[in-house]
Amino acid sequence: MQVRLRQPKREVTIDGARTVNQLLDELGMNRESFLVIRNGTLVPGDGRLDDTDAIEIRPVISGG
Amino acid sequence: MAANVSKCRVCREPAIIDLPRHNANFCAEHLLQLCRRQVDKAISDHAMLSPDDRILVAVSGGKDSLAVWDILLDLGYRADGLYIGLGIGDYSDDSGGYAQRFADERGLVLRTIDLRGEYGYDVPTAAKVTKRVPCSACGMSKRHLFDTAARDGGYDVVVTGHNLDDEAAVLFGNTLRWDIDYLARQMPVLPARDGFPRKVKPLVRLTEREMAAWCIVRGIDYQVEECPMAVGNKHLAYKDALNTIERESPGSKAAFYLNFVEKMAPVLAGHNRAAAGDLVACTRCGSPTLAPDSGEAPVCAFCRLHDKVIGHDPVPVELVLRGAARKAYLAARAAEGSER
Repeated sequence: MQVRLRQPKREVTIDGARTVNQLLDELGMNRESFLVIRNGTLVPGDGRLDDTDAIEIRPVISGG
Repeated sequence: MAANVSKCRVCREPAIIDLPRHNANFCAEHLLQLCRRQVDKAISDHAMLSPDDRILVAVSGGKDSLAVWDILLDLGYRADGLYIGLGIGDYSDDSGGYAQRFADERGLVLRTIDLRGEYGYDVPTAAKVTKRVPCSACGMSKRHLFDTAARDGGYDVVVTGHNLDDEAAVLFGNTLRWDIDYLARQMPVLPARDGFPRKVKPLVRLTEREMAAWCIVRGIDYQVEECPMAVGNKHLAYKDALNTIERESPGSKAAFYLNFVEKMAPVLAGHNRAAAGDLVACTRCGSPTLAPDSGEAPVCAFCRLHDKVIGHDPVPVELVLRGAARKAYLAARAAEGSER
């Protein structure tokens, strides 16, 4: 799947289906600090992501 | 594509978000309902707003300020916005664009102040000249300008987008230092006083994750990138620490902050030195300021800062940043460049 990341903006490719929580855990991202978006829609922690998906992992923490 | 497994706690339709602190999942409709109810409860519990109030929302272009503006309008309040251009390079230009588009698309009034255009300085320059962290000059300038704009514009109250994560992080920092004076003033409402407008934080019962989700569900386009001046600051480190705890023990952030407000703040009442001090008019701008201890003429913190920085050539953002913040800023600029 194509994964769009922020801060800084970049894209990575990850092979194989997995859940949102599995993906965040593998990337070392705290589930409290990110949301996962697919086609403009949020995907919950146990939502399944497929190899063909294009998703965004959006950070939600701001420091201002 | 496999279907989502989790169901909305309210309607049993497919969920779009899991909220461990509520031990529940929600669909879009009921996530919005939850957010509205939490804001309504905060407003009611702390007598923040009345239906007739003229409200000025402090708007940054980020998720929290746009979400609180959106929710207040949704709940039937009248609210205008104020955006302050802080001169933090492309970040400020982009943020102002998000704020303006939000207002234009909804036919809302957005007032704007350009710090360099109207006051002759910007945040990076102020940070360089005063040799203090950028967030110090930024926060102080914003507080002064929001207060002044509310007073001059006849607004009853200034609304800010501070959320549960913001308040819990500030509480965490103040507690680490046992800073009683700051702890005593960390309330969801700062009452009006001698020329200072009332200031309220309707999002104190909602997390940053919930506010970002509100914006995504409502189709609100906001500034996702972090302020380059804030990268690596202590506030973010405290949030990170609290989210590590929250992951292991959902509900910890809410218990930490909301129980402080309910149980500890009354104990600390009377320890706020700023609230106890006499206010006098600044001899430069007329804004209320604490009376100086000596017999010298009172000059407010904003005018003192202005005196120091006025006349200095603009300082580029990258010259103020150090360490991880500078590295992150340059990486972001490089990524932006490769996209264009």
